Amino acid sequence: MDMAMPETGTRSDSSTDNTMVRLSDIGLSHDRGRSFVLRGVDLDIDKGQFVALLGPSGVGKSTLLRVIMGLTPPSEGTVTLTAPESPLGRSTALVFQDAKLMPWRTVRQNVELGLEGIGLSRADRHARALASLELVGLADRADRWPRQLSGGQRQRVGVARALTVEPDLLLMDEPFGALDAITRSGLQDELLRIWAQTHKTVLFVTHDIDEALILADRIIVLSGHPASVRGDFMVGPRPRDRSSPALQALVERLKALIAGEPDPGERPAYWQASEI
Amino acid sequence: MKPDRKSLIRLGLGAVGLGLLFGVWEAVVRLGWVPAGLLPAPSSLGPAWLDEVRNGAWQTAIRDSLTHYLLGLVIGTVLGALVGLLCGAVGALDALLAGVVRVLRPIPGLAWVPFAILWFGLNTAGATFVIAISVFWINFYAAYGAVQSIDPDLYEVAAAFGHGGFAGRLMKVVLPASAPGLLAGLRTGLGQAWMSVVAAELFGVPGIGARMMQASSLLATDLVVVYMLTMALLYALTDMLFMVVRRRLLGWQG
Repeated sequence: MDMAMPETGTRSDSSTDNTMVRLSDIGLSHDRGRSFVLRGVDLDIDKGQFVALLGPSGVGKSTLLRVIMGLTPPSEGTVTLTAPESPLGRSTALVFQDAKLMPWRTVRQNVELGLEGIGLSRADRHARALASLELVGLADRADRWPRQLSGGQRQRVGVARALTVEPDLLLMDEPFGALDAITRSGLQDELLRIWAQTHKTVLFVTHDIDEALILADRIIVLSGHPASVRGDFMVGPRPRDRSSPALQALVERLKALIAGEPDPGERPAYWQASEI
Repeated sequence: MKPDRKSLIRLGLGAVGLGLLFGVWEAVVRLGWVPAGLLPAPSSLGPAWLDEVRNGAWQTAIRDSLTHYLLGLVIGTVLGALVGLLCGAVGALDALLAGVVRVLRPIPGLAWVPFAILWFGLNTAGATFVIAISVFWINFYAAYGAVQSIDPDLYEVAAAFGHGGFAGRLMKVVLPASAPGLLAGLRTGLGQAWMSVVAAELFGVPGIGARMMQASSLLATDLVVVYMLTMALLYALTDMLFMVVRRRLLGWQG
């Protein structure tokens, strides 16, 4: 992994003290530079922020998450993560699309996956996994098999599995994309509750503008070929009134950016709107 | 676990089928439709079996054959599953062995008998070798196929949670995910190994196969059938034992 690792303690620049992750000029090519999936991606995410990464399907949002996690090394640029504050030594955890539980593990064993091999006692792993399951309201399903759960429950287990490693940065890859509207809405509420409870930094990938508006403090638009950051918006306090003119204007801007229309503003290709 | 009505009916029907087989068989011989010299009546099997038990030949044959069976089964299964797993998981090894597999695969275990005799002799080692080879390929392909059909996203899940190395992939994904395939291979091997036992012993290694050969050269057809049924019984026992183990290991499949 050629990812730049902990830098917090050594960094003198006080303006970055609150930065959770910094992406500098990230580029990713699968064919040795002939074509790029991502190019020139610059992004700072502050601690405690709930950030939505919005963009059309297939643009490279999930890929960017994997670059941040270190699962895919970038072809260009650097990823700087702050030192893990978590006692378990891991700064990121990923919630997958479609949960991706291991079918041969019980719910609790799935949640324990990230706790294995780091020197925790069996009893400690049990207790931590159960605490996470408690947080997502599935403690009573701990000994079930994944096949015995509904899609929404499986996804909650996926969230619990990620939370169990006590990450500073929770990465979520369209986790509610495959769920029905009601389940999805319920999980969104639950996620906001968990976020308020745990103060995690969250980077949430979605292609759904509404979902981004419900969840995020900040919406980042990833678009284009190769993809780069085309818009960066701060959104006002929750709950949000979708019918307000300001929010409707934002929705129109987001739609245009996702569709790849050039930005009409005085700062081409980059739109900054704080406090809408 | 309580057997439900449906499985009880299935069990009952199975027993009826067996009863019919033996009933018709007995009738055919008694009515003289088939000469008794060509086909022994089921009722004559009991005395023949008792004779075999009294002179100890039955027990010795079973002990010898079980030894060949278990040794061949264990060696063939372990090696086959191991090489299959590695070929499935390591692309370079798969490519390296692809040609070798193509050449060796179509050769049946029986074809190795001359070499088994040359290399090991007419003994336990020789019989074990022949059985192990036939079991090897079944488990090789079962393991290989099982690894190939693993959802590749699960490797990423493992890597995302700190199990991205070779050992992590193997222990957290490959082994548990391919367990159903491995056990399916083991089960096929359990049956195949009994067939190979007879083949391996027909050439003179003592055991059930050799005893059958002696009986048939003396036209003692009742003894041949006794040993056929003995083998069926042993197979049923090993298969039942296997199902118990399988249920414990693969509860997650439901």
